[in-house]
This record gives sequence, C-alpha cells and structure tokens, in this order.
Amino acid sequence: MSLPNYDKTFLMKLLEQMLLIRRFEEKSAQMYGLRKIGGFLHLYIGQEAVAVGSIAALDLKKDYVLTSYRDHGHALACGMHPNAAMAELFGKVTGCSKGKGGSMHFFDVENHMYGGNGIVGAHIPIAAGVALKIKYFDEDGVVLCYFGDGAIHQGVFHETLNMAKIWDLPIIFICENNHYGMGTNYKRVSSVHDYSIMGTSYNIPAWQVNGMDVITVYEETQKAIKMVKEENTPVLLEIQTYRYRGHSMSDPARYRTKEELEKYKSQDPITILRKKMADAGLLTDEEFKELDNKCKEIVNESVRFAEESEEPPLEAIYEDIYA
Amino acid sequence: MAVITFREAIRQAMDEEMARDERVILMGEEVGEYDGAYKVSQGLLDKYGEKRVIDTPITEAGFTGIGIGAAMAGLRPIVEWMTFNFSLLAYDQVVNNAAKMRHMSGGQLSVPIVFRGPNGPAEYLSSQHSQALQSIYAHAPGLIVVAPATPYDAKGLLKSSIRNDNPVLFLEAELMYSWKGEVPEEEYLIPLGKADIKREGKDITFITYSKPLRLVEQAAQQLADMGVDAEIVDLRTIKPLDEEAVYQSVRKTNRCVIVDETWPFASVATHIGWLISKNCFDYLDAPIEVVTSEDVPMPYNHTLELAVQPSVEKILDAAKKVLYI
Repeated sequence: MSLPNYDKTFLMKLLEQMLLIRRFEEKSAQMYGLRKIGGFLHLYIGQEAVAVGSIAALDLKKDYVLTSYRDHGHALACGMHPNAAMAELFGKVTGCSKGKGGSMHFFDVENHMYGGNGIVGAHIPIAAGVALKIKYFDEDGVVLCYFGDGAIHQGVFHETLNMAKIWDLPIIFICENNHYGMGTNYKRVSSVHDYSIMGTSYNIPAWQVNGMDVITVYEETQKAIKMVKEENTPVLLEIQTYRYRGHSMSDPARYRTKEELEKYKSQDPITILRKKMADAGLLTDEEFKELDNKCKEIVNESVRFAEESEEPPLEAIYEDIYA
Repeated sequence: MAVITFREAIRQAMDEEMARDERVILMGEEVGEYDGAYKVSQGLLDKYGEKRVIDTPITEAGFTGIGIGAAMAGLRPIVEWMTFNFSLLAYDQVVNNAAKMRHMSGGQLSVPIVFRGPNGPAEYLSSQHSQALQSIYAHAPGLIVVAPATPYDAKGLLKSSIRNDNPVLFLEAELMYSWKGEVPEEEYLIPLGKADIKREGKDITFITYSKPLRLVEQAAQQLADMGVDAEIVDLRTIKPLDEEAVYQSVRKTNRCVIVDETWPFASVATHIGWLISKNCFDYLDAPIEVVTSEDVPMPYNHTLELAVQPSVEKILDAAKKVLYI
C-alpha cells in the first residue's frame, strides 16, 4: 500500500465516511439509551473500513449493494442521507423505509442499496438474483453481498455460491468476519478458520483481506471487481474485522476479554488512516478535528430531523404491501 | 374451440408471456433439458434458450431466493418448484423476502415473480409428497395465491399472474395436468381475485377451488337428480379472496358447504367459514359445513389415502346435513 498514490480528496472522503458512520452509530446508541430507538440495533463501530473501502470501489449507477441487518454503515457509504437513516431508526415517516423497516431494513434503491435483511444469510441468494439481472441484460455492474461469519454456515450461502459459479454471476461475496456470530467465536462453530477455503469448494477465487485498513479493503475490492469482469467469475472475500460493541444493544459481550477488545481498538480503522495521512503530510490535527466536527454536526442534524419528523399515519399500516 | 390439457394451458401461458416480454424467465429443477418433471415446460428451452429457461441444481431455497432478487432488480421470473412439497425448503425466502420486501423498503421495491408447480395430493406418494400447502402461503400478507381448476382458468390466470407486480403462488396439481378443457385460440386474461360461478343454483352453495372442483361438480349432479339445485363458487384466487362473490351466493342459497383438500386446522376453508358466519349470519339456514382432508399425514395405502381426502360421498353427506335431508 503506497498512500502517496492517492489524492487527498479521495482519502478525505474515505476518512469522512468512516467518521460519519462512527459518529452516527455512537449517536444511535445514545438515542437507544434514551428510548428514541427500539428493538434490535446492531452497530457497525469497528467495521467501518469494510463498507467504506469496498463501496468506494463501486459505481453505484451500475453496481449494487446488499447486506445483513448490521446495515447502517453500508447504507451511509452508499450515499443514504443520514437524516433518512436516523429517521428510520426513530420509526418516522421520513425514514428511508417510511418507518416500516427500522434498523435492520435500510433500503436506498436510488443508490442501489437493496437492503438490510433480518434473517441471517437470507439475502445471499437475493444478491445473486440481482447479479443474474446484470448478466441477463449484459450490464457492466457487479453486486457486493455482505454477510457475517455467522451467516457462512447457512445453507443458502453454499447453495448460492454454487449457482453463482455455474452461472458465472458478477458478484463478490464479502464475509465480514468480525469474530463473533452473536456471542459465539467463529472458531468454535466452523470446521475451517480460513473462510477463503469455502470459495475453493465451489471453484470460486477467494482470499483474506485485512479489514481494519480501508486502503487495503479498497484495493482488494478493486482487484476482485477486475477479476469478476475479466475472468468472468464470482469472488469471495473474507474481510477480517472486529466489532467493538455487542451483537445488539442488549449484549454486554462477556464472551470476550478486555485485552482482546483493546488489541483491536489499537488497530482502529479511523486511527490507521488518520496516522497514514498525517505521516504522508496529507492531514493536520486541525483538519481531522474539523472533519470530525462536521460529521458530528451532520449526525446531530439527523437527530433533529428525526425528532421533528412525523410518525407514520395509522392508515400506513395497509400501505406498501402490494404493488 | 381447441380442447387442450391443463398442462398445455400452463405451457401456452408461459410461452405467450415469454414471447411478449423478454424480462420473463423460467427457472427450476429439470425445467430445461428434461422438459419439466411433469413436462409442463416442454419445448420452452428449444424456443427460448438456456438464458431464459434455466435448469437449477436441487437447491430450493437458493434458486427461489435468486429468483426473488432478480425480480427486485427488474426481471419477471417464473420459478417452478417440482412440487410445492419442496417449497418448504424455500418458505423462508417466500415469506421473509418475497412477501415483505416491498413493505420493508417502504414501497421502494416490488417483487414481480410467480412460484408455480403441483400442489396437493397425487397418488401413492405417502406423506412428504402429498400435501396441500395453500393455507400456509395464504397466511402471509404480501402474497397472492391462485388456484385454478380448469385449463381455461389456468391459462388466463397464469398470464395475469406473470404480469402482476407482486409475488404470486400459482397452485397446480399433478393429477390435473392431463385434464382437458376448451381454451380459445385468441389471447385472453382472467383477472386475479375474481371467483367464477361454475354452476348456478338456488338451494345450496358449494365453495371450492382447484382439484376438488370436479368432485363438487359430481356431487352437484347427484343432488340435481335428487331435485336440489346447487350453486358452485370456484374461488380461482384464494388471496385476495373474492368475498363478495361468496357472500352473494350464500345470501341467495342460505346454505353453504366449503370443500378444500387442505388440512382443516387454520385452513383456507375454516377461514372462509368464519368470514361467512360473520358476514352472512342472518342469511344462514344451517351451520356451515366444511369438507377437508383429515388432519393426518397422507398414508401410502391407496384405500387409506382416498379415505383421508374429500370425496363425492363426503361432500354429499355435508350437503345433506346443511339441507336437513
């Protein structure tokens, strides 16, 4: 990775997106504590480099993104307005899904973000279906399909990889290995600990990627996209990452040690990029603070927007079920 | 008018819609090279090629999900399940993804897809291959459930289903594939959600759909010989239910028997029974009778398997009860 090859504007965009997600998630947790948000809330803190680095390699006019229920980061990286995201968490009619979906079901069809899905692994074949459409119409796009280490043992993951390969679908399966499927360490429930092996079973090129470094994620995703297009094959990436918070809000994460958490926090994706940019003379402390303040203000504004937005009317119960 | 089989009617509907709209594709196990497990898709691979007639591995959840994703993104897939029995492996995809995607996205997405294949008991297949599963599909909001009983209805309803922007479950039956009926040469559509009065009468209403229609018609004939004039309401679409057609008939005849080959508990039949007793209470001259399959898994033994399903005799018994004869 040679940082000086990238221009400052691009790097600042990556940094800003990661910061925005971090601040958005922190604020969401705070709003959850204030009971403005209910139900499940799966935070993306610690994993920001995965969504930001990989989605930066896309052209969302032709490419698509589908992910699991830990979907706030992907939606924001795809360009969803933070107001629409926060309003959805608040269950307001101005939310991206009009308050019908909540945290797990962020959709931004205009930006080709085809959802958050609440059933572990259930969106994996859906993503391949979107890729089938791309291939059917001879379009140029690819689909990024994100899921966690918990989803990789679901039947539909294996079914879909097989079909993606026999039909050569333009899709990149991204296993975000954040080490824990809910409270279970991935090594306890997997016969292999290197998930790229699972690609090999289906003759799909696969490799592991350091998901704490946004530039690495960006470059490896670019490499995967090139492979999809030039070699006409799906790709599987295991992007190794770490979530700082519990699985959802009710999880105190007692299944891991403080030391383990601290170890990963020392590889924080935002800190890494900040340091690299500073070392390359591309970022001053003042610039970082300014950017951070900007993100905090955007997030504060999203809370104001959500607070002031209307509840969905009762008659909305019967809307948006049938086309 | 041409007389064709139920199987040919379905094939014609798919063929015409594939010719009309390049977004329509057919996918499923054995639909291509094998010409369909029940030969419904015969010839379509030759005509449309493997890009549009896609043989899948035996992975119901996976290819059902891929069909749903393709529908969300702009195709209009027909997913053939070799039988509805195997659709249980894909139930999560249908109920959690196809049925809810529009709702969860706040109306941003639609899922124009048809899931079709044989449903309900055939013969000598025992428990896992002889099940009428419409009640569990009709149970989930966001789905349309269609169940024709004649080649004419099958063709017109399947064409409408393919053109519909919602997920449609289209129920056929193995034993119906060879049934014959008149189907016009010229194109026609039958709207979803509209029942059809298959026999007009004034003394008793039979409500049914799909394969049991024939049993009901035979029972109605025998009743006619006894001087009883039965009306037959063929629902054709289970959901949305044509409630008005049902109520109009019951309000006219004041007596009602519902015939449905599902299991009885929490079924299409019992739900309709509740609707009628709520909405036509003052018109009823007798309690509603329901003829369903017995609440048991299907036995292999032929005598037993016939005994657990609706029969002309059971329908007549029920009719006599509500007629007090």
